[in-house]
Amino acid sequence: MGNILIVEDSSTTRSLIRTVIEDLGDEFDAFEAETGFEALKALPTETFDLIITDINMPDINGLELISFVKNNEAYKDIPMIIVTTERSEEDRDRGMSLGAEAYITKPFKAEELQEAIRAALKK
Amino acid sequence: MSTSKNEFISEAEDLLGSAQDLTLEIQESIESGKLNPDSVNALFRDMHTLKGLSGLFGLQGITELSHKLESLLDDLRLGKMGATGDLCDFLLHNIDALRGLVKDDKGESVEDVAEHLNKIDEFTKGSGAKESELDLSGMIDDSVLSVLSEYEEHRLKANIKDGSNIYSVRVVFSLDDFDIRLSELTEKIKSSGELLSTLPTSDDVPAGHIGFNLIIGSSMFAQDLQDELGEELDTLVSASGRSESEKTPEVPARSDQIPEKRMEGPSASIKSISSTVRVDIDKLDGILNTIGELNLAKGAVRRIGQELFEGYGYKPLIVDTYKVAQSLERWVSALQDQVLNIRMIPIGQIFSRLAQIIRRYSRQSGKKINLNLFGEDTNIDKFLAEEAVDPLMHIVRNAIDHGIENEEERIKRGKDPEGTIILKAYQRGNHVVVDVIDDGNGIDVAKVKSKAIEKGLVALSDDYSNREIMEMIFLPGFSTAESVTEVSGRGVGMDIVKDRISNLGGFVTVESELGMGTTMSVTLPITLAILKALMVRVGAERFAIPLTSITESFEVTDEMIQTIEGRMVVDLRGELLPIVNVGDVFDIEHDVEGSKYVVVVGFAERKMGFLLDELFGQHEIVIKSLGDYFKGLKGFAGATEIGKHEIVLVVDVEAIIEHVLIKKRERLTV
Repeated sequence: MGNILIVEDSSTTRSLIRTVIEDLGDEFDAFEAETGFEALKALPTETFDLIITDINMPDINGLELISFVKNNEAYKDIPMIIVTTERSEEDRDRGMSLGAEAYITKPFKAEELQEAIRAALKK
Repeated sequence: MSTSKNEFISEAEDLLGSAQDLTLEIQESIESGKLNPDSVNALFRDMHTLKGLSGLFGLQGITELSHKLESLLDDLRLGKMGATGDLCDFLLHNIDALRGLVKDDKGESVEDVAEHLNKIDEFTKGSGAKESELDLSGMIDDSVLSVLSEYEEHRLKANIKDGSNIYSVRVVFSLDDFDIRLSELTEKIKSSGELLSTLPTSDDVPAGHIGFNLIIGSSMFAQDLQDELGEELDTLVSASGRSESEKTPEVPARSDQIPEKRMEGPSASIKSISSTVRVDIDKLDGILNTIGELNLAKGAVRRIGQELFEGYGYKPLIVDTYKVAQSLERWVSALQDQVLNIRMIPIGQIFSRLAQIIRRYSRQSGKKINLNLFGEDTNIDKFLAEEAVDPLMHIVRNAIDHGIENEEERIKRGKDPEGTIILKAYQRGNHVVVDVIDDGNGIDVAKVKSKAIEKGLVALSDDYSNREIMEMIFLPGFSTAESVTEVSGRGVGMDIVKDRISNLGGFVTVESELGMGTTMSVTLPITLAILKALMVRVGAERFAIPLTSITESFEVTDEMIQTIEGRMVVDLRGELLPIVNVGDVFDIEHDVEGSKYVVVVGFAERKMGFLLDELFGQHEIVIKSLGDYFKGLKGFAGATEIGKHEIVLVVDVEAIIEHVLIKKRERLTV
């Protein structure tokens, strides 16, 4: 059991993250949202065990999504991983203080992301 | 190449295309005096995405270059760097370099981009100073500040510094359509100010709904903005007082506007939320080929029905066969339309590439040029658009190089010192026309004629009409420019442009007035893949003529055909239409007596009638190439199969028109 929502506006990055998740095993299911809006629409439709989100996106940004999830009774326990770049330290720190569980820095290795996913789900 | 690598190339090309459009937007906004933060931010995001992408594929060179550009744009969007005049040229140059790397499958090593990286360092060095920090605490609530990204915080500060008011608005929408409703509201906000932050919230929001706290920067007064948006707002920072006060009048609570009825909880799976699929155009071609085969099968069913009817009359089964053939026809043609639609792109995508060329060459040649675009939404087949872009680019270069005069000359002639180039696209029947209009010097017919004669391209004569002389610029080996310049380059002449367009089933025409300017019109079919064609007979030979090339057809008798100056003409509604005997063109023996048909082709000066023996009606055809063996065969666009395994040649109407016009010119010069 592991429903993971990927929120990322780059389709290639999205499908790469999906591949990483699928490699984790059959008990993991990857769901994709291209924008923050799509993520907001997806949240009530499925029980998610983890959300992986980019920060810089059109419509709402990753920080706003984290704030929404962490302030919502129904979703606040879903762990969140920020996918970020070394340049956006400032934004990464803001995301962590808003309640995200972990971050990984692009470009990342498959094992790094798998490690982060396993750790976040254990919590 | 692996699928994911192809995915990379496709996404990278999309990103770079968007990056180019955004840079042009930024250029415009700089020229109008106010840098557009949304465009800068979007461009930053494109570079950010490209960097992440190329990093995942180990393309270090592309990663480094996009990373450098991202940093530069980050500084720009955060106000740590000013926007200088040459910024956009610099960005375009680098976007071009990235495009080249992606296209040539390069960019794995940093060495590929070392030169570009150094130039970016040089460019960023000493440009602009960091803005002075503004302390927001006390002015804006911490709960608001904590969710702003660094960029949003910067925009908030910039708005306050510019003297804008900062407002907050709370809206609640249904989960079903909040994205649409919010986008509508965002559009309104953007026309009255800037949307600084969109924070979703579920506090005090009924089930099935979602709330948003929006932060807006605007120079409008609270009441005015409230009227404009139709939403009540709170003032966080007022430009006049710079304090948190002045609440807007109380309005009925939002909850009143929420429908009573509870939305049914969505339950469908959301495995794939993104609804876009990227498809290789070859795959679409494959589908079109299959549809072509389906068309043949459809024709066969219809023919069988016809033969059964002729043999046995209206039996129920035969009527059924007809009905099946009919619905088959309907669905096949619907399928065909749908697939053709997928291949369509707005021609604006091509225009934006041409715009870049124009900007670059305008700079190189030192001629200032205003560019106006019209009809960017006109749709055209992606393949045709790509094939037409180089010929169009050449026409545009010519317009800048040979058409538009330098500033001094223009002032002397009482013209606007800045030249104008207009790119205009529109649909005409089954064609898309792209006009490239310049207000330059126009074509000097006397000069063109003497040049053509001097080069031995045409015979010495005084009988050429202006139009015929202008057509001479399309002759192989012709070039009016006294010297080959930097801009229009060497090697490619208008004859190549004409050939390339003609190969696509299109044609180029020119109109010009000396001293006033030139209009080059490129006419292209909307789509190549499947055509409706008229089946015709000349002597014992059957041909297909694409319907896109035909304006009308009618029956003629021998008496209707007159001969004027040795040329056959027909009076068509008071206009003399030149008639071409297709049998003569192809050297086919045929009976000239008796009633015949005329098919009218071409536009304006190229309009003429083809004289034929018989018309058989329309067929959907898929044109197949004749292959190398028949490559030299002139006058045919290809071959097609029409039921019963019969192969029919498809007439290349433009080539025949061309052939006839050349014959006419030769005759004049005898």
